[in-house]
Order: sequence, then structure tokens, then C-alpha cells
Amino acid sequence: MNLTLKIWRQASANARGEMVTYKVSDISPDMSFLEMLDVLNEQLNARGEEPIAFDSDCREGICGMCGLMISGKAHGPEVTTTCQLHMRSFSDGDEITVEPWRADAFPVIKDLVVDRGAFDRIIAAGGFISANTGAAPEAHSVPVPKPKADRAFMAAACIGCGACVAACPNASGMLFMGAKITHLGELPQGQPERDARVVSMVEQHDAEGFGGCTNIGECSAACPKEIPMDVINQLNRDLRHALTRHGD
Amino acid sequence: MTDTNATTSGGAATQAAPNAGIVHGLYTEGEPLHDTKAPAGPIQDKWSTRKFESGLVNPANRRKLSVIIVGTGLAGGAAAATLGEAGYQVKSFCYQDSPRRAHSIAAQGGINAAKNYKEDGDSTFRLFYDTVKGGDYRSRETNVYRLAEVSTNIIDQCVAQGVPFAREYGGLLDNRSFGGVQVSRTFYARGQTGQQLLIGAYQALERQVAAGTVEMFSRHEMLEVIVADGKARGIIARDLVTGEVETHLADAVVLASGGYGNVFYLSTNAMGSNVTATWRAHRKGAYFANPCYTQIHPTCIPVSGDHQSKLTLMSESLRNDGRIWVPKKAEDCEKDPREIPEEDRDYYLERIYPSFGNLVPRDIASRQAKNVCDEGRGVGPKVGDFRRGVYLDFTDALKRMSAEAVAEKYGNLLDMYQRITGENPYEVPMRIYPAVHYTMGGLWVDYDLQSTIPGLFVAGEANFSDHGANRLGASALMQGLADGYFVLPHTIRDYLAKGPFEKLPDSHPDVVEAKASVDARVQKLLSINGDRSVDSFHKELGNIMWEYCGMERSEEGLLKAIDLIRGLRDEFWRNVKVLGAADTLNQSLEKAGRVADFLELGELMCIDALHRRESCGGHFRAESQTEDGEALRHDDEFAYVAAWEFGGDGSPAVLHKEDLVYEAIEMKQRSYK
Repeated sequence: MNLTLKIWRQASANARGEMVTYKVSDISPDMSFLEMLDVLNEQLNARGEEPIAFDSDCREGICGMCGLMISGKAHGPEVTTTCQLHMRSFSDGDEITVEPWRADAFPVIKDLVVDRGAFDRIIAAGGFISANTGAAPEAHSVPVPKPKADRAFMAAACIGCGACVAACPNASGMLFMGAKITHLGELPQGQPERDARVVSMVEQHDAEGFGGCTNIGECSAACPKEIPMDVINQLNRDLRHALTRHGD
Repeated sequence: MTDTNATTSGGAATQAAPNAGIVHGLYTEGEPLHDTKAPAGPIQDKWSTRKFESGLVNPANRRKLSVIIVGTGLAGGAAAATLGEAGYQVKSFCYQDSPRRAHSIAAQGGINAAKNYKEDGDSTFRLFYDTVKGGDYRSRETNVYRLAEVSTNIIDQCVAQGVPFAREYGGLLDNRSFGGVQVSRTFYARGQTGQQLLIGAYQALERQVAAGTVEMFSRHEMLEVIVADGKARGIIARDLVTGEVETHLADAVVLASGGYGNVFYLSTNAMGSNVTATWRAHRKGAYFANPCYTQIHPTCIPVSGDHQSKLTLMSESLRNDGRIWVPKKAEDCEKDPREIPEEDRDYYLERIYPSFGNLVPRDIASRQAKNVCDEGRGVGPKVGDFRRGVYLDFTDALKRMSAEAVAEKYGNLLDMYQRITGENPYEVPMRIYPAVHYTMGGLWVDYDLQSTIPGLFVAGEANFSDHGANRLGASALMQGLADGYFVLPHTIRDYLAKGPFEKLPDSHPDVVEAKASVDARVQKLLSINGDRSVDSFHKELGNIMWEYCGMERSEEGLLKAIDLIRGLRDEFWRNVKVLGAADTLNQSLEKAGRVADFLELGELMCIDALHRRESCGGHFRAESQTEDGEALRHDDEFAYVAAWEFGGDGSPAVLHKEDLVYEAIEMKQRSYK
């Protein structure tokens, strides 16, 4: 198939960016979206133009490194990561716009590459269970009811790609944070730090410049791992409890 | 167990004659090599003895000692977190934008541990035995025993961190089986076990970042190791955002930078996975052991066209419930598989290996898939002259278990298959074919995981020690976390107890030289301005490696490959085209540096494969096979680790042999029939 691509080019963090139009032809429907960009980059390289910078690593939908706004949708038209989006989801003659994640907390580094370090800092603020190596009790000493283990697993499936932030009109990181709060909060091991965790993470989230949640739901709709909105409910509930208890 | 006691000294008829010309032309032989760190005594006491004898560092002194760790996968992330908790100053590096993205994250199936929760006869000794046997008796016994010994601690540690392993209704942990074993010892988190374990290590790491013991350098790539006065004292790293080439000094350096499967261009590795960290260390004096031992994983999604940038694994756990087959008759290969009656199907693994069936080790499953396709019985589209695919069929499992139960166990894998191929595996059998997945070879390390450069430690897939010539499923996660959480923190302590070492100024000649060499290389790559892209060189190298150093190797093919690689490397340095500048994010430049190192590594892999005139595990030499086509080892000649010393540019490599001594178990010819 033949396609017209309008791609965001920006030489560096402080440079002015613009949309640039490219044509690609003979694209196979079995290619992934990123392989289609590889083909374009080879063409650009051959004619002496610098290839388009974009992030990707595992290319199997699990590392969370890739993420593009494709015709206005985070990761494009399917519920998956950009690397797992295939060209069979498009038609011959389509015009596709490709942009980086847009959020104050995710500044653009170059072209389609953004800085998501804010997510690491939210985890560092409390998204963990303090268990020094070697200090762990025997694994079977604490049974975990299967429904709780399953729900923890569901929330832990988050890959930290940032699509939730990119899709949200407020650029909120609440789905990302709610997923971690739910993952650790469902498990008995996560209880001792439950209150402190949610308070610290929310403080860091706000300090990074993410917006608040207004229950629109674009985040969950864009999430390649289909993390549901109710993790945000759990986040809010935990925060309320924590602040109440802290206030006592 | 159905091991035979067949002699392994090999029939002279199948053994190629030694070729003195090859030795003198391509490499020379140096002094033998020994591990001097494993203490004497019974195997089950060695690790406790070593820990006891290992020097101690007073908590107040730890903050004066610094460690650089390259890589944030299971081995590197776990080591950084643990050394940070202990109070050392840690600097952690990864090329990705976050430590959470290291490629350990993509491991699907599970992690082995000798918990024996199923009471099915498992034990530390059995896990040790299975791992040595699975590795075709080419791993170091002492290291493998320790791996099995600490495996149970890993599960405890991960559960304490909140890793959401699969559980049974009673709330206890569930297990499943993997290839090459007859017990259920694999812990898992659906098909995302690597992700969950890595997130556990990542969170522990971020906790130390917050505590100030670990300084994180993401989007940084190590491009050189600093060896001063004979010791590893730091690294030169490029900040991939600003392009600045930085010097980082420390008392010790750990490389946990993963494997080198991307030398084949197409593999299940991540796009950025590379050999640069270990290869640069090799050039500075670290021996590279068994580089030819590569694992070709049997269950990957077949190649669909020339545009392909990577291959995707389908977890081996699928072989628990899926059945592998091809049509008996070549003329059925184009038919809809659902219309091929049962009697016309060849479930070849169940037929050839009745006791292990679909759960034979990976090397065997891969080679048999190649064999049936070579016979013209492959399925799917033709690639060249042959169809390269076999069916992995869930029809029986769906009848036995219900679609919901199958989805519960394998849902994300089957969804991924559908996403990539556009076919529904709940309705049509999946098509799979082997792909490069893991490299058992790596930098040589002793029992302490220290390389031949003092102060340079190597952990996880980057070292060579635990998997011999073939790794069993669910053992990579085990090894990464064993090294990172439980081994390295003890052994590096022994080294650091001799420090802190004299402070090194940035003006030290070895530091200046290391930085200057990196700057020069960057400038060289940008100045060639030839006609061919980096990817085109990488693809060509990959084709050479897959053709001649892939699932089957021969003397003729390997000699040809060495010539081709040398020619390609020569052309690369004359004709590569890398656009953009040094002082900015430049992904072409990053790739160019990695491919340049793959072009050197590829040649050493072929030399290693050529010199090892036996078949073992994933290394199959056409000249060394049994009458029914199984790998034939030659223990009399080749029961050693081949540790290669860099001989200098244009000079032959130097081979050092470490004899493999088995005291706790007896070497046998592997049999899974």
C-alpha cells in the first residue's frame, strides 16, 4: 500500500518543531508500524536526510519504550502498543499523522522521543515494598487469596509507556499511579507502607506537572494493557484513608 | 530418567581430523585457565564456605566504596538494589530511557526454583543435575550447584517485594513444567514472568535511588571500560541525549549488559540489545568464553518478509499443552491444517522422544523443526526454497480444558500471536519456527563472577558460566536474579574489602586514553559518509551468521563465513553512512557502534564454532552426529571451556582452556527418548 505520513520533526528539546510530509510506497500489511518507519528511515538515510528519531526496544509490546500519537490516538487505532500495531490496520492511500506524546511532564527530546523520567521519580517516591535482599520470609508463609493475587497481577501489567498521560486532556498520570497503588495495595506484603506510599506518590505526581483526573476515561481506553479506571478509584480511596488517618 | 551410559569418546568415523592449518591461521593456544575461587570440600558446602571466607566491609566504610553497574535487567537491577541497600555508592547505567525497560522484561514463561512445593521429587540436587545435563555437560559444576542452591531464596525475595506470581485457590503459589525436566518447578506470572520480576527489581532499585545510594544514568551507553594499573576502575559512557562522552570512575565495575543474540540481526532480543559493553571489555583483557554457544528457541513466530526487524518468541510454556506437528506428506503442506486427518499428521517430537515428547530441551526441538522443514514438510509461506514453519496446535487442549482455561493460562501469548500474524490461534493451529533467543557464551568468570580483569565482574546472560551449551527454559530469570541478589553482593564484597583503592585522577593516562579512543571512534563513524546504511551491514552480517553459524555448522561453512565477515567489516569501515552529529541524540550513530562490535564478535563466534569439532547442546556440527542425527559430544577432546583472549587488531585470538571437572555427577550422553 501507499501512504502519506505527516510526522513531527524537532531537532532538539529547545528547537521549534513542525509537521513534515513524507510518502512511502509498497508497504506490506504484515509490517508493524515501526517497521514501516524503519523503511522510511532507510529512504531518508539514502538521500542524505537525517532519519526520524523514535523510541522502541523490545518490539513485542512489553517494555513500554515505544509510544506514538498516531492520527490523534495514543498507540494508534488498535488497543495495543505502537510496536504491535500492524499496517493491516490501515488502508492504501491513508494519510497518517505521527506525533510524540504531548504532556508538560514528558518534554520532547527530539522528533518523536520524549523524556518520561517523571514516571521513574513517581515510583522512587514510594512505588515499592521495602524488602531488603535476604530478609524475606519463606514464600508460602503468607497465602494470598487468588482473587487478590489476580487483581494485583492485572494492575501490575502496566508497562509504563505513558499512553494514559498522552491520551488524557489533563495529561494526568493517575491511571499509571493507580495501577501501582492497586498492585501493591492488594497484596498483604504491601500493607505496612500503604498509607505513606499513596501520599508520597501523589505529591510527586503533582510536582512533576501532571494534571488531575476528571474521570474522562481516555486513559483506560488508550491503555495497551487495558488497565481499568477502577484503579483510580482505589487510588482516591487509599489517599482519602491515608490523609484521614494522618490527620488523626 | 532414561540416560544411557553410552560412551562419549566418540567414533573416529564421524570426527573431523585435526587441522593444524586452521589453528595457526586463525588462533593460537595459550596457557590453560583455572577457577581458583571455588573452595575445596563437598559441593553442597562450597557456597557457604566461600561466603564465610569472603572479606567483610564495615557498614561505615561501605559508603566510601563505589561500584559501577552496567545494565538494569534482572542481574544488574538486582545487584544495584542489593549493593545500594548494603550501603555502597552505586552508579547504575542503562541505554533505555528507564531501567524498567531492560530486556529481561520480555521473558515470558517462568522462573525455576527447587522449592519442591509439588512434592514431585524435586530438590536442589535435581535442579543442579537437570541444568548440567540440559547444558550438555559444558557448564561449570560448582557455579551451577550454587545457582540451584540459591534458587529458593529468589522466590522468597520476589514474593516479599510483591511480585504477583500465579496462585492456586488456597492462596499458595502455582507451578508448571518446562522443557528438559520431569518435575513442576517453574513459578510464573501468566506469560509475563520476566516483566513482573524485573518490575520487582526495578522498584527495589528506585527505592535505593530515593535513598541516595544509587545514582541512575538512563539513556547512557557504556562504550569503554577503564583499566588502570591492571584493575577495572570505571567506564566511558556516552550520554545518548546530549552526546557528551563522560568518564565515570569507581572501585569496581559490574557488567550485566545481557547477551549478544543480535549479532544475527533477527532475534528475539530487543532492538538495542548489544555486545558493546562485554566486547569492549574483551578487547581490554577480559576473556570471552564459548562465544559459539547460542540458543535457537524452537517456538517463535516465523519470519513474514524482508522488512522484519525482530522475531517474537512464543513462550516454551505453550509446549505444556500445545502439540507440535507437521503433515506426514509434503503434498498436504498447503492444505488448511484443520482438514488434515489425525492419521496424516506427524507429531514428530512425541514420536521420536516418547518420554519427554513436546517438552524436550530447546536445542533438540529446534533442530528437529529444521529437519522436518528441510525434508519439505514445513508449513506456511515459502522462504527461499522451503516452507519454514511447523504447527503448534491447541485443539486438543481446547477440548480438554475449555477456551476460558486456555485463555487464563496463555491468553496474552495467544493474543500476541493473533496481533502479529492476523490469525486466530483458538481456531487455527499456530505456526512456529526456531529463532535466535539467548547466548550461553559470554565473558569468562570465576566462581566469584570476576572476569580475567581484576575488579571487573560479569553477571547474568553477559557471563558464560551456568548454562553450558544449552540453557533450559525458565533458567535465565533464575540465573539473573541469583547473580544479582545473592551471589555478586557476597563476592564483590571480598574484592572491595581490599579497597578503597587509590583515587584515580581524570588525568591518569589510562583514563585519558580510554576517553580519547571513544571520541576518536565516534568521529570516525561520522566521517566515513559512505553509501550503505548501518542496518544494511547488520542484515548482511545476520544472514551470514544464520546461514553458517546457526542451527547447523560445518567446517566448510564456517571458513567461508569468516572470510565473508572480514570482507564485510572492511567494507563497513570504508562505506558506512552515518548521518547527524555527535552532540545530539543520534540513533544511527548508536547502532553503528553496536554493529561495528558485532562485526568483530561474529568472527570470533565462527572461530570458536570451527575449533569445537564436536556437537554439544545448541552447537551442532554436521561432522559430529550419531547415526540417528543426534548431537555427538567428544568429551575426550572437548570437555573444556574455550576462553578466548583478544590478540590485538589483525592478530589471531589466543585460546585458553578451562577443563571441566565433574565430581558430583557423572558425564553421560544426553538422552530424552
